[in-house]
Amino acid sequence: MEERVIMAGFGGQGVMSMGQLLTYAGMIEGKNVSWLPSYGPEMRGGTANCNVIVSDKPVGSPIVTEATAAIVMNRPSLDKFESFVVKDGNLLINSSLIDKKAERDDINAYYIPANEIAVELGNGKVANMVMLGAYLELTKAVKVESVLEALKKVFGKTKAHLIPLNEKALERGAELIRK
Amino acid sequence: MAKILMKGNEAIGAAAIKAGCKYFFGYPITPQNELPEYMSRELPKVGGVFLQAESEVAAINMVYGAAGAGARVMTSSSSPGIALKQEGISYIAGAELPCVIVNIVRGGPGLGGIQPAQSDYYQSTRGGGNGDYRTVVYAPATLQETVDLVMEAFDVADQYRIPVMVVGDGMIGQMMEPVEFKEPKKRNLPPKDWATTGTKGQRKPNIINSLFIDPKELEDHVLRLEEKYKVIKQNEVRYETYNLEDADVVVVAYGTTSRVVKNAIAKCEAEGLRVGLIRPITLWPFPDEAFEKISDKTKGILTVEMSTGQMIDDVKIAINGRKPVYFYGRTGGMVPEPDAIVAEIKKIAGGEK
Repeated sequence: MEERVIMAGFGGQGVMSMGQLLTYAGMIEGKNVSWLPSYGPEMRGGTANCNVIVSDKPVGSPIVTEATAAIVMNRPSLDKFESFVVKDGNLLINSSLIDKKAERDDINAYYIPANEIAVELGNGKVANMVMLGAYLELTKAVKVESVLEALKKVFGKTKAHLIPLNEKALERGAELIRK
Repeated sequence: MAKILMKGNEAIGAAAIKAGCKYFFGYPITPQNELPEYMSRELPKVGGVFLQAESEVAAINMVYGAAGAGARVMTSSSSPGIALKQEGISYIAGAELPCVIVNIVRGGPGLGGIQPAQSDYYQSTRGGGNGDYRTVVYAPATLQETVDLVMEAFDVADQYRIPVMVVGDGMIGQMMEPVEFKEPKKRNLPPKDWATTGTKGQRKPNIINSLFIDPKELEDHVLRLEEKYKVIKQNEVRYETYNLEDADVVVVAYGTTSRVVKNAIAKCEAEGLRVGLIRPITLWPFPDEAFEKISDKTKGILTVEMSTGQMIDDVKIAINGRKPVYFYGRTGGMVPEPDAIVAEIKKIAGGEK
């Protein structure tokens, strides 16, 4: 098993944290993992992305050029990363902010209104977790419980009250895929 | 101890503190800033000192001073910043002082860019400073290896009284991987009886110096350094090899590039090609001996670097004309892609080159 994921959006959408949670959860499960952020002279509102690898084998290059999945949170990310997904790979599109469909028909595209769902749950910031929930349901890259365990460590005691909200967001994302 | 997920730059800082580093002097530059940031937060907690100097030149001379007083001390920077430190590094090498210097390499020349590069190979291994001197240069490829080598670097520096460089790039610095802090193998370290810790009126003063006006005296000094470098060449060479026995093509790569090469090799193997790897872990001393293990049937050597070709000089010296040596590289912050490397390997395997 090897999941090579590109997560992309604009700054503030939580694409970096989404990637770190997946990485952390993979580590908790004893898998080989790497997380590689884009870095550079980024500007507010600009694009951010990270590459995550979760694998049974040692991780070679942490750079993802042939993605088994891409999670795109905004339109520029879809335009940039659709071509990176391998044939029969998964492309998860945040349809709340992206009104365009995937151009390719040799990949599996999923449209998830992540922001709307997050707002329904009472906090627009958990849109990333809705996407992650959908991704995990699709790929079973790691168990949801491992992500929750990772969240506990990342949040610490002061933000522990946010865990149920995040759990709900993960579940709503998963539901969309199960339907 | 359980593994923890850390960013490369922070993991380097944590490893240094675990190795007993008490002093850090530096000046900010991307893409290594998380390292001084980490030290500024964590060193005071262990009774150490973090100081942001007014320049790189000041920082390396603070390292010179702290090393002369016998402290475990580190500085870090990125390529143009390391260029500014070269004068101090030469002095430290001349005065035979131990310290650890981290270079999170970015593209050059000049201010260049901030993306991953390996175009400081010459600067690291040939010495950007003046004079007959060497620094031990480690080039880790994973964060676990980075942490292990940073910890060991302090011991190696103390054992040989030599500046030790740890060379990474923006990818190593910025990425996260699980790391575990393990004690390096125990070395018998000599007492620092040369350090300027104050005579207390009980001994002759220790003098830290790299000035020798009498040429005979300087020659003796340099030859003594050379003897030391010979011992380091015997004892401290590190490298990884893979499938050298029956490889049609052997690739040589270090650090970040070696990881991309491993993906390329896996792709070649899936197509039935036999490809070997030599991954230098010490850039100096260079692992010449690894090249003796290359099989007679190997058609050629491919050096892959994130530069226009610098390590290839050492590869050619090591192979000494026995096999043709080819080069593939990207530079300026571009990272080679596995498919491009596969194409180069195929050219050599197929006799096209």
